[in-house]
Amino acid sequence: MEFAELIKTPRADNVVLHRPFYPAVEGTLCLTGHHLILSSRRQDNAEELWLLHSNIDSIEKRFVGSLGTIIIKCKDLRIIQLDIPGMEECLNIASSIEALSTLDSVTLMYPFFYRPMFEVVEDGWHSFLPEREFELLSSVTNEWRLSYVNKEFSVCPSYPPAVTVPKSIDDEALRRVATFRHGGRFPVLSYYHKKNGMVMMRSSQPLTGTNGRRCKEDSALINATLRAGKRGYIIDTGGGFEQEVQYPQYNILQESLIKLVEACNDQSHNMDRWLSKLEASNWLTHIKEILTAACLAAQCIDREGASVLVHGTEGTDSTLQITSLAQIILDPRCRTIRGFEALVEREWLQAGHPFQLRCAQSAYSNSKQKWESPVFFLFLDCVWQILRQFPCSFEFNEHFLIMLFEHAYASQFGTFLGNNESERYKLKLSQKTMSLWSWVNQPEELSKFKNPLFEANSLVIWPSVAPQSLQLWEGVFLRWNRSSKFLDEAYEEMNNIIEYNKELQAKVNALRRQLAELETDDGMQESS
Amino acid sequence: MFVFPSFLQVEQVKLIDRFSTSNKSLVGTLYLTATHLLFIDSSQKETWILHHHIAAVEKLALTTSGCPLVIQCKNFRVVHFIVPRERDCHDIYNSLLQLSKLASYDELYAFSYNPKQNESKRLQGWQLIDLAEEYKRMGVPNSNWQLSDANRDYEICDSYPRELYVPRTASKPVIVGSSKFRSKGRFPVLSYYHRDKEAAICRCSQPLSGFSARCLEDENMLHAISIANPAHHYMYVMDTRPKLNAMANRAAGKGYENEDNYANIRFQFVGIENIHVMRSSLQKLLEVSGTKALSVNSFLSGLENSGWLRHIKAVLDAAVFLAKAIAVENATVLVHCSDGWDRTSQVCSLGSLLLDSHYRTIKGFMVLIEKDWISFGHKFSDRCGQLDGDPKEISPVFTQFLECVWHLTEQFPQAFEYNEAFLLQIHEHVHSCQFGNFLGNCQKEREELKLKEKTYSLWPFLLDEQKKYLNPLYNRDFSQKLVLLEPNTASFNFKFWRNMYHQFDRTMHPRQSVFNLIMAMSEQNKQLEKDFKELEAVSNLTGRLGKKECTLSHRGKIKCVPRLPFMLTFTELRGFAWVSCCLQHFLSCFCCPGQEGN
Repeated sequence: MEFAELIKTPRADNVVLHRPFYPAVEGTLCLTGHHLILSSRRQDNAEELWLLHSNIDSIEKRFVGSLGTIIIKCKDLRIIQLDIPGMEECLNIASSIEALSTLDSVTLMYPFFYRPMFEVVEDGWHSFLPEREFELLSSVTNEWRLSYVNKEFSVCPSYPPAVTVPKSIDDEALRRVATFRHGGRFPVLSYYHKKNGMVMMRSSQPLTGTNGRRCKEDSALINATLRAGKRGYIIDTGGGFEQEVQYPQYNILQESLIKLVEACNDQSHNMDRWLSKLEASNWLTHIKEILTAACLAAQCIDREGASVLVHGTEGTDSTLQITSLAQIILDPRCRTIRGFEALVEREWLQAGHPFQLRCAQSAYSNSKQKWESPVFFLFLDCVWQILRQFPCSFEFNEHFLIMLFEHAYASQFGTFLGNNESERYKLKLSQKTMSLWSWVNQPEELSKFKNPLFEANSLVIWPSVAPQSLQLWEGVFLRWNRSSKFLDEAYEEMNNIIEYNKELQAKVNALRRQLAELETDDGMQESS
Repeated sequence: MFVFPSFLQVEQVKLIDRFSTSNKSLVGTLYLTATHLLFIDSSQKETWILHHHIAAVEKLALTTSGCPLVIQCKNFRVVHFIVPRERDCHDIYNSLLQLSKLASYDELYAFSYNPKQNESKRLQGWQLIDLAEEYKRMGVPNSNWQLSDANRDYEICDSYPRELYVPRTASKPVIVGSSKFRSKGRFPVLSYYHRDKEAAICRCSQPLSGFSARCLEDENMLHAISIANPAHHYMYVMDTRPKLNAMANRAAGKGYENEDNYANIRFQFVGIENIHVMRSSLQKLLEVSGTKALSVNSFLSGLENSGWLRHIKAVLDAAVFLAKAIAVENATVLVHCSDGWDRTSQVCSLGSLLLDSHYRTIKGFMVLIEKDWISFGHKFSDRCGQLDGDPKEISPVFTQFLECVWHLTEQFPQAFEYNEAFLLQIHEHVHSCQFGNFLGNCQKEREELKLKEKTYSLWPFLLDEQKKYLNPLYNRDFSQKLVLLEPNTASFNFKFWRNMYHQFDRTMHPRQSVFNLIMAMSEQNKQLEKDFKELEAVSNLTGRLGKKECTLSHRGKIKCVPRLPFMLTFTELRGFAWVSCCLQHFLSCFCCPGQEGN
């Protein structure tokens, strides 16, 4: 097994673990192919650390005499410290961790080795097939068709085999449009607004070049989405001409995240420094811009009654943030757990957001690779902002979003591996790994992610994008920097009140029903 | 002389949403009454603005649609009207200036406000908060602390209350001597006594020490305070000002304690800025938050430049220092600033709030405000600009105190019996001049104004509607013991208080309030518990009459067929009549068992 070669020192004794808000723990450190494990000698085994190597973003070594210290910075933003006696042991462990956390072959990743301890009731790999989505669409309109033009991934390598396009456009036309669009990402249906039949399409930018090349099939495709005499809107999120929304490129986002996390991790900042660092990170500015663009798209569709085409340069990043957020604003289904999972599948995984590239490293990355970028993370933050403003309109809670953030960066499940459906097919992920959804959708897991305040709200929800209404996502960015004990207890208490309310209502209603029946019976007896 | 119209009415006035980029507006009629400005829009929605709440009125340059009038209120409401005719606008403007800037106390709303309550109830209202009771609750007088009659007729200090608690060992000459050595005669007195630690929070103004002056009585006074704490041989003296300010005061013959002259004191500066810095800080904050189409970066840099959160943190840090000195070191602390009525009130009251859960209850919070703010002479009238006076005396010192409390409620959501609405309502009435509590600058002035005879106290009104102010998550266990609240004061914990500074800008708020929902649910739970008990009683009774069991767990699935007995005794008959009547009641509720909407 290759891992053995990478593990120079599989175990070390008398290692001391330091974590925020926990007393230091002394124990034995073990390295396995995919985990870093620390177990104390305590009988109850309470103090244990299991850390996926893939969760490690960066490590630092320090030495004081023969005592070595390794500082491990994780992709979920946590920072832990291990004191390891013996310089050689420490160096060996550090280099092993480094090697194990940066495996370059996907097939060596943990999901390929993970054996679930639970019984799979519903295989998540088959939960969100395009065919099922199309069935839903067919029940409200017959103007669309499911095209398999990309079934060999030959027309567009980052698209799934099946895409929804206007019925009037045949596969031959799609092939031609693909040559006119960056990466072959021709316009496809992203969302159908049942209320007025307007649609949101997405694509990559057109390859018009300097001579203003045009493509009549492309125009035909876009026109096919418009109603007679109606105007449509194009929201361009990046380069190209039809510039409507200025919006940051992904490497700018990465820098923004790094700055923000740096600011949050320094408790000693005085107020002025903290505020200027928060400002300099620009994270909340990006949040505001993306939310504004999503609101704009949603507004065109719902208020103006116009169809919209959203595209950036590649159509795999900002485009998806906007189309998916617009759907959360417009479509109540996307605010349910199932619906949100479907949204992530449809608009992120199947739509070809390159998760493996973007989430290779997180806020502690020093590689400065331009493909690393917290695009999906920013999207989750935007969802959190809307959730905060409409706390009763979402079936899921904050923990659900945090869970998705964690799994996008490091996971035992195969869902977020690969960069698109084509890669996932080649890796045979659905056969060789477990889907995140198979685990999440078990009732006992789901219960942790349910929002007790949820009451289905069929309306369009318009978030406020004023800076005074946006907030730092404390549950993620301050998660490891301060104790949340009192907040957690308060959340617990809130749950209790809601549970108690349900119980009381059920009891009272049952009694009323009984009495009602009694009365009817009485009435019958009296009249007879 | 200009005579303002007692009733002015202008039609076709536009009310503009100040944050809308599309200049959304409502058209309606504007009225001026003796006490309020009233705007009724075409959908009959009313906007009432109390004249006392108006901080500034501004007439902007004439536009094609009319004459713009911007009114800024002390409760942070900003309204932007467009009056079609300039002449009308001018009339409104002049009237408002007259109405909002009053020359004497007896013109204030409190003297005309009439809630139609009988006299004995009004008087009872004033007796709701009893500070003597409060000191008793703390455990004074006791063997170390006693009530002093030195200021019984305000002869030593006219900005202090009549009743003051001092160490038993401090003789009258020491008190009098010390008061002469303190700015405005505000000598060291007891603010809070910690029963378990036998340590005290004392407060005073700065000493008139200049560069070298000494006062033996003042030194004795501090010594007396120090030894009133049997466990300890040192006490802290907290000067809440920045060191530079305190040093500058020495040139004016004031200043701070010289550690060499006082036995066993530990001297500490904490660096809270003065009222002028705070006033301009809030001004800057409001300018930023009131900007249309504000970007995130302008907001954050504006927030930083205003310094507002830095000041809030400084106040809270000082309170944490004070509370820890008492709870952790068992040390007594003497707190002062310059005159001992602004920063000192902030720090003493917040320190007490951290130490004593009583102040985290609704009644206790009223007591705290009565004690450390009203009775000790925080100059509410000057600071809130109740009368037309020196604008340099206005400062948001009390608002900062409320904001610090809000930050604590955010960090400890279960530790407070009251909620944010309570803090906002108190803020509203500190400026409304509708109740007598906050009028005037000190107790002596309040007595002269005969407030207890002529006006109403706010507290009974708040208690009457306390349902609105209850925190549904409040956990009484949190408050059983004297457990210190230890807030995290790292900068990232401080947030802009949107619900205060934008309380009237509804578009900025979450569209659904978790808080209101839980509050409604909590209330509903109480009602449901009652219903359940009553229903159970009814069901037992019918069960007995009909000889048929209905268990709860079946959720009404089973069919109950009561067999009526042929003969009923008199009591059973009465019982049966009652059952039918109850059934009627519950059946009417049964039709709509749904949850409260949001």
